[in-house]
Amino acid sequence: MAWTKKILRVNLTDGVISAEPLNMEWAQQYLGQRGLATRYFVEEVDAQVGALSPDNKFIMATGPLTGTMASTGGRYSCITKSPLTGTIACSNSGGFFGAEMKNAGWDMIILEGKSPTPVYLYVENDQARLIPAEDLWGKSVWATDEEIHKKHQDPQIRIACVGRAAESGNLFAAVVNDLHRAAGRSGVGTVLASKNVKAVALRGTRGVGNIKDMKRFMDATFEHKKVLAANAVTGAGLPTYGTQVLMNVINELGALPTRNMREVRFEGAHSVSGEAMHEPRASDGKKNLTRNGGCFGCTIACGRISSVDRTHFSVKDKPQYWGNSGGLEYEAAWALGPDTGVDDLDALTYVNFLCNEDGIDPISFGATVAAAMELFEDGVITTEQTGGIELKFGSAEALVKIAELTARGEGFGKEIGLGSKRLCEKYGRPELSMTVKGQEFPAYDPRGIQGMGLTYATSNRGACHLRSYTVSSEVLGIPVKTDPLATDGKPELVIAFQDATAAVDSSGLCIFSTFAWSLDNIAPQIDAACEGDWSVEKCAEVGARIWQLERDFNMRAGLTAADDTLPKRLLKDAANVGPAEGKVCDLGAMLPKYYELRGWTTEGQLTPETRQRYGLPS
Amino acid sequence: MQITLKLYAHLGDLLPAGAKHNKAEIEVLESISLNELIDRFQIPRPMAHLVLVNGVFVCDRDRDQAFALKPNDAVAIWPPVAGG
Ligand code: SF4
Repeated sequence: MAWTKKILRVNLTDGVISAEPLNMEWAQQYLGQRGLATRYFVEEVDAQVGALSPDNKFIMATGPLTGTMASTGGRYSCITKSPLTGTIACSNSGGFFGAEMKNAGWDMIILEGKSPTPVYLYVENDQARLIPAEDLWGKSVWATDEEIHKKHQDPQIRIACVGRAAESGNLFAAVVNDLHRAAGRSGVGTVLASKNVKAVALRGTRGVGNIKDMKRFMDATFEHKKVLAANAVTGAGLPTYGTQVLMNVINELGALPTRNMREVRFEGAHSVSGEAMHEPRASDGKKNLTRNGGCFGCTIACGRISSVDRTHFSVKDKPQYWGNSGGLEYEAAWALGPDTGVDDLDALTYVNFLCNEDGIDPISFGATVAAAMELFEDGVITTEQTGGIELKFGSAEALVKIAELTARGEGFGKEIGLGSKRLCEKYGRPELSMTVKGQEFPAYDPRGIQGMGLTYATSNRGACHLRSYTVSSEVLGIPVKTDPLATDGKPELVIAFQDATAAVDSSGLCIFSTFAWSLDNIAPQIDAACEGDWSVEKCAEVGARIWQLERDFNMRAGLTAADDTLPKRLLKDAANVGPAEGKVCDLGAMLPKYYELRGWTTEGQLTPETRQRYGLPS
Repeated sequence: MQITLKLYAHLGDLLPAGAKHNKAEIEVLESISLNELIDRFQIPRPMAHLVLVNGVFVCDRDRDQAFALKPNDAVAIWPPVAGG
């Protein structure tokens, strides 16, 4: 269905649950999911709010195409203020949870206040109630999922929940749905746990409705599915190799951040690549990759289902990890592998399982371990702090132990849960934190891919590849190839990607569809489903409006232009090998133009004309 | 002279027998063009989407002339791929 036009509001403090109509004027301006939920959020929450205070709110939102027959239309997002960055947080996830929310009849669920005791929210179509969850508190995501299914005797319930990491206050805890799909970044799980909410469990049987022109919508979704199937990336590359095919590409390019971004190539990249996941292992002849998998309604199916070698040291005494589970995606594999210097595919796969089992963002986790390894190798921290762990770059044993501790929020794992920025500040070496606005970098070195430097510096949720994936153009040639080492034209490129991404994230579709689709493919599907006129131009304008709204929130929250920067290592220390050898990220050549094109002052504030142009709330 | 040829994703199957980790050392003439190399290993041209010589992208129109490869250069080739 397109918009259900209904919101479920849950006041956790007093337990009152109510339904209210969706603001359709805002829906026309912000579409859904990321955009529309942010519009609600900025209306209802003071930007200065403490992220872990009961006054922060937590919104789960679908887009108008979530749960429809549009390919990849299974997405939802969690919107709140981030405890990691102090910015707006918006983390997107696939799986089946979002579509279930739509089928239960809700565009959004707004959680406000704080429950006096642990609870989970159970929604079955129109009926919603808070159920005591003392017995679930202290349990992992996987155990919680199993318990809730058992309790309701319904295998078709879809569950999103937090694990022990979030309960322990880990600042980059995720919300995990369907066991191994995650709204991973910015600590959205930490906020949910701070409200004493363990899980949201949904069952929806209401089906599809509110499609503006059903015949046109069916024709449009059918037509554009053909585009995905015929495209070499979405029709063949992603299903076969997943996102992990990038490991060797980015390494070859000399843009694979290695050992806390000290280097740009990793000698062990092949061992942890998408290709290696296809190679039979010596012990049992099985491959790491068992099969691919897809989210609701997706005809790409990039997901990885993997197993760990049973004889591997990490699991040999733990048969509970011998089965198949969610495997490595590129960003996770990079953070757990090259960034920590570990080239052991089984260790990475096991740690990835742990991240899913207890709800941890593997990017922030791996990058924080990398920073801790550098602190250890510099002698700033010792085995005294780590509890006896020799935290050296390249040590799979250390990575595995730290992951187990972080998952449970114990020992040195609790310090890892601070994130890289706070950890490095605590030990007096803030320059070792590879973060922007407090969020850890993903897997592209901006010395070798200049546009990603601007992307990271200006991202509204701190360092992130999913706000403007210029790698598409600068490396992969989608939609057109640009020079990764050039800075000319990058402000324009970044803005085009940021705006289009914000629109796609607000539609309910998956951003990976854009390896084959542009707004020319997406707008007609939105237009056939949704009231109003949804041309390509309008979608791009909605994307730009969302970007400005998020920026405005961040500035009100107290961020300044000084936060739009990168760690010194990337601005001052040149890459040591590869095409970018001798180069730093030339952010200064891109940022002023970016501000100008965005309609911001030199201090990075929206000008009155910009506010007016996008009709932003005052 | 000898160079390293790296073929990734499903192109890996086109490497000479015995190649490991998606790469092989091969002999080429100094005058070889990248398209001649691509044809020699029976890589369908549309599948040679991303071609990097020592990490630097070589666009379609530069693949027909002699490329001035040097000994030990690395030529890496991918079909259309993406991730994120
Ligand atoms: S492309 Fe991948 S992540 Fe996106 S909806 Fe499909 S399976 Fe899920």
